[in-house]
Amino acid sequence: MNPAQKLSWVFGGIVALLVLASLIGWLLQRRKGPTEVIRNLNARVNAWWVMVAVLAACFWLGPLATLLVFAFISFFALREFITLTPTRASDHKPLAVAFYLLVPLQYWLIQQEWYGLFAIFIPVYAFLGLPAIAVLAGDTEDFLERTTKIQWGVMLAIYCISHAPALLILNLRGFQGQGALLLLYLMLVVQISDVLQYVFGKLFGRHKLAPKVSPSKTVEGLIGGGLAAVGVGTALWWITPFTPLQSAVMSLIIVICGFLGGLVLSAVKRSLGAKDWGRMIEGHGGMMDRMDSVTFAAPVFFHIARYYFSG
Amino acid sequence: MMERLAAAGLVGFTRLLVGARADWRAPPAQGQCLYFANHSSHLDTLAIWSALDPPRRAATRPVAARDYWDKPGLRTYFSGRVLRAILIERRRDAQAADPLIPVFAALEQGDSLILFPEGTRAAERLPQPFRGGLHRIAEAFPQLSLVPAYLDTLHRSLPKGSHIPLPLYCNVRFGAALARPAGETRAEFLARAHAAVVNLAEGREASA
Repeated sequence: MNPAQKLSWVFGGIVALLVLASLIGWLLQRRKGPTEVIRNLNARVNAWWVMVAVLAACFWLGPLATLLVFAFISFFALREFITLTPTRASDHKPLAVAFYLLVPLQYWLIQQEWYGLFAIFIPVYAFLGLPAIAVLAGDTEDFLERTTKIQWGVMLAIYCISHAPALLILNLRGFQGQGALLLLYLMLVVQISDVLQYVFGKLFGRHKLAPKVSPSKTVEGLIGGGLAAVGVGTALWWITPFTPLQSAVMSLIIVICGFLGGLVLSAVKRSLGAKDWGRMIEGHGGMMDRMDSVTFAAPVFFHIARYYFSG
Repeated sequence: MMERLAAAGLVGFTRLLVGARADWRAPPAQGQCLYFANHSSHLDTLAIWSALDPPRRAATRPVAARDYWDKPGLRTYFSGRVLRAILIERRRDAQAADPLIPVFAALEQGDSLILFPEGTRAAERLPQPFRGGLHRIAEAFPQLSLVPAYLDTLHRSLPKGSHIPLPLYCNVRFGAALARPAGETRAEFLARAHAAVVNLAEGREASA
């Protein structure tokens, strides 16, 4: 099977899954009426159709379109992060740099396949540059807090998320030019893990995992959904350069990182006094609500794949 | 026709840049309204105007500073033909007559208005004390609904002195129209109007 055929098969599978989800949602609504949970479920499923369509269009149009879409994802995630973060008027310049320079630059580095600078540009140069620009405004009130918040936003929304599309430029042994499959694998395992944790939590959830941080997460959801997601990831070994066993380990890493990302970002969100990051995606909340798991999973998956499998 | 297209473009641009989502904390006021809000950026007028629903927006005109909006070119076109702004003179030396005369004329016509009672832009999230114009308008038009509004992020998006707007999401919180008790002094009225905007800023239920 060539890469294009593999992509078609996986997307076929996703569409089948969504048809099933839509059907279940429709049946539930007919049986039990439009309760809050069911309406939210259907809104989520509908939003999934849109997100899958966008991802499919990316793969169809090629790497440049994929980079562009992820650049916008970073932009919107940063927008939500900074909107909720109480920065001050004197942070205007570093924030303008973050939105209008760092986002395009980071994705341009991927497009140039300039791995060396891609990997250190934000952690070194933006890390030092942003407070350097901020200090020129001469406002020392909460300087450390303000700088830290901007750095966190930039690291999560730009640097971490950009590692997902950076999979496109990874040269793995016997897997050249198939980065799109790796990106699909990562996104699929991360998101299906979120979805299955939600489903298992709703069906069997008894014990709350971290009621203060994320009231909807349960032990049953994490174990059931997480294991099921690892199962899905393992079963997809044929679209990756991994053996089934390696694929199981990789999926487990993705699931654990994704879970921790969701938990950490939920704590950040709550410390900022919000329930959702935004309202961009109907039923889900904001862009960051959908990408929180990716922020942790993408860089770890990227580097493990690069370290152990690059040619 | 051109004006309506330009208006749609302006609303689209504002929504894209800063969201400008309306968040009604009370049932929307009916009839002729005066929306008054905190003032911290040049985007404020556009944000409130874009947040209103189309029928309200069509009936609503911003009160704006002549020294900013009456610059030849696009600004004059947008303020005059698209926003149908009422431009008032802020510099005392240039004031030939009562600067509020055009405002009263518009209210007599039945127009709804957007007004920033601080008169100038503040750098902080909370408004400075209000100036007296709002009180004079309230006295002269007892039937007018005085609707407080709060713009939550624009003081960070485009603070005084900056030129590049940041794309933060702005919610335009609208509160309940002010009650109009008899026998209130000017200072009491202005303090109550100010408190209504501050209450919206702090997320408290506005007391009427």
